[in-house]
Amino acid sequence: MGVSIGPRQELLLPVRPGFLWFTLLVALLANLLPWEGIWIWIKPDFVALALLFWIVREPRLIGFGVAFTLGLAMDVAQASLFGQHALAYTVVALGATLLRRRLRMFSTDKHILQILPILLTAQAVILLVRLAGGAAFPGWTWFVPPFTGALLWPVVWIVLLAPQRPRIDPEHPI
Amino acid sequence: MEYAQQPFFNRGPSPLARFLLFSLVALTLIVADSRFKYLVHVQQVVAVALYPLQRVALAPAALFERVSGFFTAQAQLSVRNNTLEQQNLVNAAALLRLEALELENARLRGLLDTRASHSQSAVYAEILYSHRDPFTRRVIISKGLSDDIGQGQPVVDAAGLVGQVTRVYPWASQVTLITDKDMTVPVQVMRSGVRGVLFGIGSDGALELRFMPFSADIQAGDKLITSGIDGTYPAGLPVATVQEVERNAAFMFARIVAQPTAGVNRYRQVLVLSSARPHPENPGFEEPAQQRKRSRKGG
Repeated sequence: MGVSIGPRQELLLPVRPGFLWFTLLVALLANLLPWEGIWIWIKPDFVALALLFWIVREPRLIGFGVAFTLGLAMDVAQASLFGQHALAYTVVALGATLLRRRLRMFSTDKHILQILPILLTAQAVILLVRLAGGAAFPGWTWFVPPFTGALLWPVVWIVLLAPQRPRIDPEHPI
Repeated sequence: MEYAQQPFFNRGPSPLARFLLFSLVALTLIVADSRFKYLVHVQQVVAVALYPLQRVALAPAALFERVSGFFTAQAQLSVRNNTLEQQNLVNAAALLRLEALELENARLRGLLDTRASHSQSAVYAEILYSHRDPFTRRVIISKGLSDDIGQGQPVVDAAGLVGQVTRVYPWASQVTLITDKDMTVPVQVMRSGVRGVLFGIGSDGALELRFMPFSADIQAGDKLITSGIDGTYPAGLPVATVQEVERNAAFMFARIVAQPTAGVNRYRQVLVLSSARPHPENPGFEEPAQQRKRSRKGG
């Protein structure tokens, strides 16, 4: 019996930092869209997903500082408690940093179970902060977004990695 | 003999150290914001930087609204026009009476030699979005510091009181709705004149009139209006309608549930009124301005 050594290894082009910042901006934009109705409950935190992806892929380019700053931006945009998202995204950054090497061993569908605890922890951190501040428990639907976020992870992986995949000319494969 | 492995590349502090540093800063911010409200200026700077992005995010919805508005059916428009005209007639009649009453009021006040009641100025604003923070009931409106909006100003729509401005950014401000868990409005029963304090309970369609004795003259269907004794809300704005009154001897007070009159969650257009009147100075001791504002909000 052979031991499988992780997923098929791909040869990828280096990332363009411009694309990284662009996707983070788009994620922030997606979070700021005026979501309505049931989507408010289902909508994943796109910024957390993008942060998770890029810290796993490119830890040299972004890290805790970017996560923290994006958190502050989210707080002001949502007029929530100043610092709650900053704290949550710092937790996401820590999770991504710790998981970085392990994730390379698994294929993307198995990543889902790896990153779900990180997103859940981040969401729980916000909940704890708000409960400590005297807010009422908003109901268990509070924990839906981490699940949708985790399920969206393979899509995020494909989309954000797409520009790095080399185009292979069918006439001259090598 | 053991050798401690030297790292090949120096990458600065370890992830755990960075995490501790940043989470400490975040916790400090949270405490500073929730307890002391220190960080207004920092928030305004971030808000300015974020403003273009927010406009872009809101653009698709605005465009959709404009396009769908363009294709509104003729029949729908004429029906709407009809109802508005009818309403206008009713309002005109009320307005005529109001003018007469205002004149009379001014004359009577002149006789009594009291200060003329504060005339209201109002700023029109649109609700940009209600954000997805499920802990609070708040909306963001399209006017801010640049339109002289100030903290604590009451916000109304066509039907009644919507809430209060709680945070002001340069081009937007945050309105806490009366249904928010931390909001209180001093009210008066229109029919009997009984005064009380209306509490938000954090759900959309319900408010609670707390601490009312069993004997209080309140029935289901009573209209509640602002009493104006807090100096934040001008007197006489419709706030809510009493839905149910439960007098259970097991409890100290009657349980009174009311429904907000204003379309707290439905309308897009609101008016921001200027605050009712400057609070009279407390003769006994001096209080910092911020403290006073908060206690006023608490009713």
